[in-house]
Amino acid sequence: MSMGPLRLNVPEPTGRPGRETDFSYLRLAPAAETRRPPLDVSPAHTGDLAYSLVRVLDDDGRAVGPWVPQIDPDSLRHGLRAMMKTRAFDARMLIAQRQKKISFYMQCLGEEAIAIAHARALEDGDMCFPTYRQQGLLLGRDDISMVEMICQLMSNERDPLKGRQLPVMYSYKRAGFFSISGNVATQFIQAVGWGMASAIKGDRRIASAWIGDGSTAESDFHTALTFAHVYRAPVILNVVNNQWAISTFQAIAGGEATTFAAHGVGCGIASLRVDGNDYLAVYAASRWAVERARSNLGPTLIEWVTYRAGAHSTSDDPSRYRPADDWQHFPLGDPIARLKKHLTRIGAWSELEHEKTQKEVEAQVNEAFKQAERYGTLLDGNIPPLATMFEDVYKDMPPHLREQFAKAGA
Amino acid sequence: MATMTMVQALRSAMDVMLGRDDNVVIYGQDVGYFGGVFRCTEGLQAKYGRTRVFDAPISEGGIIGSAIGMAAYGLRPVVEVQFADYFYPGYDQIVSEAARLRYRSAGDFTAPLTIRMPCGGGIYGGQTHSQSPEALFTHVCGVRTVMPSNPYDAKGLLIASIECDDPVIFFEPKRLYNGPFDGHHDRPVVPWSANPSSEVPEGHYTVPLESAAVFRSGADLTVLAYGTMVYVSEAAARESGIDAEVIDIRSLWPLDLPTIVASVKKTGRCVIVHEATRTSGFGAELAALVQEHCFYQLEAPIERVTGWDTPYPHALEWAYFPGPERVAAAFRRAMEP
Repeated sequence: MSMGPLRLNVPEPTGRPGRETDFSYLRLAPAAETRRPPLDVSPAHTGDLAYSLVRVLDDDGRAVGPWVPQIDPDSLRHGLRAMMKTRAFDARMLIAQRQKKISFYMQCLGEEAIAIAHARALEDGDMCFPTYRQQGLLLGRDDISMVEMICQLMSNERDPLKGRQLPVMYSYKRAGFFSISGNVATQFIQAVGWGMASAIKGDRRIASAWIGDGSTAESDFHTALTFAHVYRAPVILNVVNNQWAISTFQAIAGGEATTFAAHGVGCGIASLRVDGNDYLAVYAASRWAVERARSNLGPTLIEWVTYRAGAHSTSDDPSRYRPADDWQHFPLGDPIARLKKHLTRIGAWSELEHEKTQKEVEAQVNEAFKQAERYGTLLDGNIPPLATMFEDVYKDMPPHLREQFAKAGA
Repeated sequence: MATMTMVQALRSAMDVMLGRDDNVVIYGQDVGYFGGVFRCTEGLQAKYGRTRVFDAPISEGGIIGSAIGMAAYGLRPVVEVQFADYFYPGYDQIVSEAARLRYRSAGDFTAPLTIRMPCGGGIYGGQTHSQSPEALFTHVCGVRTVMPSNPYDAKGLLIASIECDDPVIFFEPKRLYNGPFDGHHDRPVVPWSANPSSEVPEGHYTVPLESAAVFRSGADLTVLAYGTMVYVSEAAARESGIDAEVIDIRSLWPLDLPTIVASVKKTGRCVIVHEATRTSGFGAELAALVQEHCFYQLEAPIERVTGWDTPYPHALEWAYFPGPERVAAAFRRAMEP
């Protein structure tokens, strides 16, 4: 014990540009090692799970252990295709941003499995309160038009949000996708309220809340945990720990001496820490949490351990603050490669099919992009009419806004 | 008809709406079993059950944030912030979320919620139980800000707010809960039962939003006031002998501009009275509107009587409170030229 002067601890990642990351801080567990408790487990008895890691796929692509989910190969193939489609979509939109056809973009490279496998565990009518990195919730569905999504990105005349929101801040009530704020963390407590409402009404629908590791430092996160616990709300509290909040390492948000999952246990919430790059583990843990919520067993907090492989947004350059090749060394790998390996191993996928699918999703995205472009891009100024600036501030336009609209148009 | 205090009228509004609409739920600190520190929700949990009327953790951000989620689901939550002085942790949820949800989602999601909060001083509440932060909401596009001054309006405006599809900030001047108060703190308390506005229908009715009331007709000057200050202004008129027309704005924003403009054009003089601090207070907006719309009818500079630009003091409460003498002095200045 040192009796020297006091020292302030400012956490620092092991890796920086020019210095490779030591990923042992992740405290990984091998696949199959983490137990699967009964659905009605007491939250206090999930403490070990919050410090361990639920994994299904081992390094050889085998599905092993107590968390192997009941899911048929066709569903897994659909999941793989959806992840490939999401990645192709993101790649095309990054190019569109560089072409100045959209003003800004945020990709979810490396995190595709989380949104897509989670969505497969939910039912129609459930409501997700996403962050800006869960586009997989929409792209994993076949009933949401990519053309319409791209019109939102381009703020053009077919933008369903009338050009009011930054690109990627979608809103799709019909797909159970709550309007993205752009402010972080605020939606976490709103999701709890939505779930409380469903319980008040004796409904069957549940809510799924999303937040990043960095935003867990906001009070809305802690408030949400308290309310979810107090009212035993039917909600899943997803913390996507992708290690980086713009340039800030997850230890700065409070992940150094504990895990984000452990926050849940302390609040009386059953909590899991899960390999977010393992499609089968994401699906299995999500199913477990969904069943608990729908059975009045209350909320589940899940920390998804993953890695933000790309930049925070098109306005960010991560090579300034972390090793440029960091993702190549991330021990949980790439979710697409891992599911591909598993499906190939069980004879449900092949290299040929992979190449064919890759071409198909790229062609779909390109076709959607071309269609959306016909309705205008930021470049050609084909944007929504002036009236849309004044509409929807209130349900009915009050006199002062009618007056301002008249002045703005004059 | 029944004779009601403001507290009883507010409770009656919530009772009526809980009975009429299964989607109305009420929660906040101490509002459940106990019925609220000011008794506004007394008996409602016993009548409607614990899933319609319930206690919440001490977290204004959590209360308001969860209410937004409930409203997005389809409920009409009516939440209580125990004192307006405590709403600040929930401000982000109001400004960034409730106020803009309809706009940012182009109507895909909406947040029809009502946030009730007692405001104003005159109860020796010190700087944490006396504030009037209405200007922090009138500045925010997408929310409505309402402040009744009597039992009849309190019930009618609260029902209108609950039925409104926009988020409403509903201020309750706590010094008026149990009687009208004209600023003469050294005189006996006057009960609501002696005031005609305490005659309140027991059933459903509304006082429309965006409508002001002429609280007292007069010819000499126009007073723009709301909440407790309408009684203070009336007392000032009575005591100064100046025939002031007192407009009770009621719906602060969006507001009833035609009623204000018609009165100022008639009298040619305008005094604005509010309890909140002066600088960038709502009175500044009212003064700007009056000069924009009535400049050529004005015969004297617009006067403002407000709380001082200090925190609300405890021991010096009555030096801070803009009482009838300060208001009457402003009347005399406005009549001078």
